[in-house]
Amino acid sequence: MTREVWITGIGLVSSQGEGAEVHMGAFDGELAPKVDAERFAPFVVHPAVPLEWDRQIAKKADQRQMEPWQRLGVYAAGLALEDAGAKGDAELLGRMQMIVAAGGGERDYAVDGQILSGIRNAADPGVFLNERLMSDIRPTLFLAQLSNLLAGNIAIVHGVTGASRTFMGEEQCGVDALRIAHARIGAGQGDIFLVGGAYNAERPDVLLIYEMARLLWKDAFASVWDRPGEGGGFIPGSGAAFLVVETREHAEARGATPVAALQAVVSDQVRRSIGAVGASVEQLWERAAGEFKPISGAILSGATGIAGITEEERGALAKLMPGAPVHSTGDIFGHMIEAQFPAGVALAAAAIKDNYFRQAVVTSVGHMRGEGLAFLTAV
Amino acid sequence: MASQHRDKFGRPIVAVTGMGMVTSLGAGKAENWAALTAGRSGIHTITRFPIEGLRTTIAGTVDFVPVEPFCAPMLSERLATLAAEEAIGQAAIGSPGDFPGELFIAVPPVEMEWPQREALAKASGQAGDITYDDLLKAAGTGDFAPWHNLFLFGTVADRISERFGTKGSPISLSTACSSGATAIQLGVEAIRRGETEAVLAIGTDGSVHAEALIRFSLLSALSTQNEPPEEAAKPFSKNRDGFVMGEGAAALVLEDYDHALARGARILGIVAGCGEKGDGFHRTRSSPSGAPIIAAIAEAIADAGLTPDAVDYINAHGTGTPENDKMEALGVTTVLGERAVHVPISSNKSMIGHTLTAAGAVEAVVSLMTIAEGRLPPTINHRVPDPTIPLDVVPNEARDASVTCVLSNSFGFGGQNTCLVFTAEPVT
Repeated sequence: MTREVWITGIGLVSSQGEGAEVHMGAFDGELAPKVDAERFAPFVVHPAVPLEWDRQIAKKADQRQMEPWQRLGVYAAGLALEDAGAKGDAELLGRMQMIVAAGGGERDYAVDGQILSGIRNAADPGVFLNERLMSDIRPTLFLAQLSNLLAGNIAIVHGVTGASRTFMGEEQCGVDALRIAHARIGAGQGDIFLVGGAYNAERPDVLLIYEMARLLWKDAFASVWDRPGEGGGFIPGSGAAFLVVETREHAEARGATPVAALQAVVSDQVRRSIGAVGASVEQLWERAAGEFKPISGAILSGATGIAGITEEERGALAKLMPGAPVHSTGDIFGHMIEAQFPAGVALAAAAIKDNYFRQAVVTSVGHMRGEGLAFLTAV
Repeated sequence: MASQHRDKFGRPIVAVTGMGMVTSLGAGKAENWAALTAGRSGIHTITRFPIEGLRTTIAGTVDFVPVEPFCAPMLSERLATLAAEEAIGQAAIGSPGDFPGELFIAVPPVEMEWPQREALAKASGQAGDITYDDLLKAAGTGDFAPWHNLFLFGTVADRISERFGTKGSPISLSTACSSGATAIQLGVEAIRRGETEAVLAIGTDGSVHAEALIRFSLLSALSTQNEPPEEAAKPFSKNRDGFVMGEGAAALVLEDYDHALARGARILGIVAGCGEKGDGFHRTRSSPSGAPIIAAIAEAIADAGLTPDAVDYINAHGTGTPENDKMEALGVTTVLGERAVHVPISSNKSMIGHTLTAAGAVEAVVSLMTIAEGRLPPTINHRVPDPTIPLDVVPNEARDASVTCVLSNSFGFGGQNTCLVFTAEPVT
């Protein structure tokens, strides 16, 4: 018998601002995307709003030990813990589990540039590289790059020390982090989890990875649904999202207020060929969202805007639920890679609590691989 | 009606039916076991890249698996493939390219490396100072498109999944130096949930390049006793001065015990218990009280339905850093009590170095072989005992012993502590 899983806290930070409320305009049709087309021109990004780090990361020493992706994540995790009424509850935090979806941290761009400039004329390039790296890298930079150190920093700053696991792998690790947490809670392998991810899009090194495959959108902002016809592409977004998820019994016992019920989280990773993504989305829907009612529900799609997979997902959703509204989270805060699915689920849960709808399906189709889907209902 | 075995908590029992490994000591379990029990070291002077200007010039790199030019995700994938082929071959499960279960794989975090940055810089045509704008310009030509996928975090798992035909969405994970143990733990949990009857759990790490080594060096984590290389890794010795980076991979086929019995599979051992505990004290150091390490060890034993008295050998994390070995000894002596001094504990890292992401999986395979072979691999280079660590570290020479229950410890940066308990058949 699987146990009922509730979302009892959400923490969301994006280009739209801090907290779920500032994002709710998306469901009134009144929320314009916030993009910066200048700073990384010709690339467009949804930049994170400036945050008062002190509000969630009390010690300056901790702030200095982190690069922006970690700070965004630790900040959003703090918001989620606050929302769940768990902040500062040492006993609870000491047994709270964590699953974090993470990539890696940023480079020291100046050092990289200097090395690349100098190595061209170095007598022995390998020796030159050794000498420069040994003398120019900040010793603690490594800790700001390591994937599992977002979780490590959350443990240090907020005291979440049940145990942490970090999943990697772009969009899909955000789906699987929530899927595994949901499965473990349902099966009695843990009562309360903090799950989420963070992404800093304002980084030339990550733009570089996607530009090599020419996957980035370089024109004026356009909806993800309109991009495939113009060649397609995604606009990276900075942000972070964390969710506190727990069993209904656990939440009730500690007097926590539910945001929404997390009914199901499913994922798959099919070999991509024409039609495969659409078929995968339909299969995931059958497995998880059979009880979705379009009259009182909404679909939040994490579609990227990349040609092919975006139309396939849209087509599958239109076939499954012709009448249901489909909101693109990419049009709200851009594409946050690892954090996109947790952010979509956080937004859906908040909208359910605020009575925008009673049910939601959140989808994810990774830019390269992986498909996922969550089904949420009002409590 | 098939038999219905359950553990003391009413959960499905998790058997190991296939194992594979590769380290600097060689490819395959047999070769590794022979070297480990002979007390042979795989640590050597690095030849993969220039070592001038480095404080540490040694590692346990795997040089006999050719990946030219070297690239960490490619070597990590190759090592994982070798280990998985051996494990699946031994388990004789499924059919080639059709493994009937999920994949959990611990992989090193990937990133673009210097050869690629240099190639992009060159292609940009920029003769003056190079910036990321130049690299981005070169990237936009599309000439480097394959490197996008090569440097995604999910690619190694995707390729392993495709090659072996594992089911569902593969999980790539990192819990730093306890990653290999976490991959096994995730697999154990999936089988206990009844979600899958088989799991392929892998830890792999082929990431020794100059910058990776320098990062650990700048944190003063590495041994600098470069000569002779094979004597640098000295876990539990008074003169220990850091770990030595190693490479390798290990794969385990985990299987619902009843499923394994029903198909007549040979049972290599049981993953009886898993324990973990986070530590929020510091990014690289453990809580001085040792409480999280103690909790992880205690939880693993309790999760196996056992008491500390049942443990008759410990496969140590044993990195050889002053901090780790002190804290690990504290954890072991606290949980095992007066008995601790009589329970042998040894570190494979004295011979293969610290295989980082792979270590927990590599040491799981060695733990299960220790049970099967009745022989304890030694902690080599133990010439100057540390009087503050009053443990039987199986110094320098392998020893015969009857072992039915092994505790395997894994601890990592970021407050990661994961412990596993392995037992022999029969299950009770």
